[in-house]
Amino acid sequence: MPILPDASGRFGTFGGRYVPETLVGALDELAEQYAEACADPAFQAELDSLLWHYVGRPSPLYHAERLSEQCGGARIYLKREDLNHTGAHKINNTLGQALLTRRMGKHRVIAETGAGQHGVATATACARFGLECIVYMGAEDIRRQRPNVFSMKLLGAEVRPVTSGSRTLRDAINEAMRDWMASVGTTHYCLGSVVGPHPFPQIVRDFQAVIGREARRQCLDQLGRLPDVVVACVGGGSNAAGIFYPFLDDAGVKLLGVEAGGRSGAPGDHAAPLCFGSPGVLHGSFSYVMQDDDGQTADVHSISAGLDYPGTGPEHSYWKDIGRVEYTQATDAEVLTAFDRLARCEGILPALESSHAVAKAMDLAARLPADQVVVVNLSGRGDKDAAEIARLRGEEAGGLGEQERTEATERGKLR
Amino acid sequence: MSAIDQLFADLRAAGRKAFMPFITAGDPDLDFTADVLRTLVERGSSMCELGIPYSDPIADGPVIQASYTRALEQGIKLRDIFGMLERLTPELPAPVVTMVSYAIVYRRGPERYVAAARAAGIAGAIVPDLPADEAQALADACRREGLSLIQLITPNTPRDRALRIAEQTTGFIYYVSVAGITGERTELPPEIAENVAWLREQTPLPVCIGFGISRPEHVQALAPVADGLIVGSAIVRRIAEASHKPREQVLRDIAEYVDTLLAAMR
Ligand SMILES: Cc1ncc(COP(=O)(O)O)c(C=O)c1O
Repeated sequence: MPILPDASGRFGTFGGRYVPETLVGALDELAEQYAEACADPAFQAELDSLLWHYVGRPSPLYHAERLSEQCGGARIYLKREDLNHTGAHKINNTLGQALLTRRMGKHRVIAETGAGQHGVATATACARFGLECIVYMGAEDIRRQRPNVFSMKLLGAEVRPVTSGSRTLRDAINEAMRDWMASVGTTHYCLGSVVGPHPFPQIVRDFQAVIGREARRQCLDQLGRLPDVVVACVGGGSNAAGIFYPFLDDAGVKLLGVEAGGRSGAPGDHAAPLCFGSPGVLHGSFSYVMQDDDGQTADVHSISAGLDYPGTGPEHSYWKDIGRVEYTQATDAEVLTAFDRLARCEGILPALESSHAVAKAMDLAARLPADQVVVVNLSGRGDKDAAEIARLRGEEAGGLGEQERTEATERGKLR
Repeated sequence: MSAIDQLFADLRAAGRKAFMPFITAGDPDLDFTADVLRTLVERGSSMCELGIPYSDPIADGPVIQASYTRALEQGIKLRDIFGMLERLTPELPAPVVTMVSYAIVYRRGPERYVAAARAAGIAGAIVPDLPADEAQALADACRREGLSLIQLITPNTPRDRALRIAEQTTGFIYYVSVAGITGERTELPPEIAENVAWLREQTPLPVCIGFGISRPEHVQALAPVADGLIVGSAIVRRIAEASHKPREQVLRDIAEYVDTLLAAMR
């Protein structure tokens, strides 16, 4: 595979930099500083040390034996990003960007967040490095990911609710970009996924690629061979890019990205631009996006706040078009089933985002022979989702006592 | 010579400056947009900037964002906007340029977008999320069709880059007064005058200033150093009042406001 992006920030035709002139200088500076940091062994050593002692890397590659048995086919291995400090893969990126922020001599950091995991990871990195931290979060996501909102505040970050548009991740990115327009001289925008203008898709992928490098080595060490399939959920696409990237040249390893299938494949019911969208421009980059025929961004839906986003990373668009990665989607219902399965038979509560990957890995494993190996990126832990799942259950099917059900229904109405 | 080139040649010959209001297409509907455009030109606006509503405008402050949302909630489509302009522009004695996101241009295809804009009588395009480095395809299409491609230069644009942007620009240069988003401001940065004066020495293109301008004292201070001034949020805010005021009244308010600014310009 060619080394991408090219000098203009393109992955094939995807990517680029569709931003106001006001931001161009900061993006140039970031690209320059990042290139210098890459060439600086001290930078990499400091990051590695943080990942080891502070995040707790390497994260285990765990053989989910009971889950595999129940599926009745291939062996399923979980790459345990949920065991990282702060409970998700997001910290790999925010520590890297915090180091870059310090290199650039900036003291204020802004971020967007959907599930709140990137917000918590940014707040954590900022606390660790003494940086001011402001996190933009859609009002709907504040409601459904409340535990993470408290964590961010406890870590000293300011959480700014975003009430425009769909009040989700997409609007949080808009607000963060607007903040950056006015603060670009002193502020670093710590973007949380492989989206946005160049060089963000490259930087975030590189910081997350530690997941794939470890997983590849662990497969060789623990199994004596590479896996047959690697599965990851795709919102913006950072955990997927991170685990896929080191396997790109391993032609025998199939890569499967799982988008949010939501309620159905009908427009507005899902958040699966690689499955159902078309190439377009959103948030500074050219990539697959859900849009109408005028180029207006379309509304999307997902049970998981972290995947509830109409766009996706430009490199995923490229991998889709060249056929290196296959993209599929898991519905909300499949996701809840997978969540339960992993909870009950492995004692692991996965994030709803990660449960998308688990759902498709279970399907796939069932259809594959027992000597095959499926690696799933378990991108985060599900504690943040417990209350929202209870609320949904209360509305839909019981599982709670009468009083809790009534309360949960009331809360549902209130929104 | 394009309509915009002609306009600035005439203004320069007469020693006058361009007053360029910005409004959003379809806020709250296209009939009213046409009425506002007529009023703006009647009062003496030299050119009008029409914002094509976009779902994710990252360069816009709350006032223009809200106007885009109002227009999109009415289900406004690009073809309706172009249809209105096709009927209006022949009778409007001032050029209209559109402020449009590249998401919308790309979706149509640069060639088709430019052709449709020309057919609607539009004189130029400002694409705020298309920096010069990405603008080649659109610039080529614009040159072929004779649509001006107005590019933006900001206070943080390095000077060598500003020169490259100027080379790619047709019509006029849009000098953004502040690093930030659109919206009324009480004070504007003092270095505007120096930056614009420098730019005007480097290029024969007219240089117009926008973002934040809303008060007569801004106009008084900046008109002498530029070829034109762009005023957006202050007018869009008045249009928003159409939700609870008679439209005739809103038009009168806008006319009065424009008169005040034009008086400050002379
Ligand atoms: C645990 C977890 N997984 C996945 C995602 C989706 O992001 P990405 O596709 O960038 O990995 C999120 C985002 O919030 C998340 O919290």
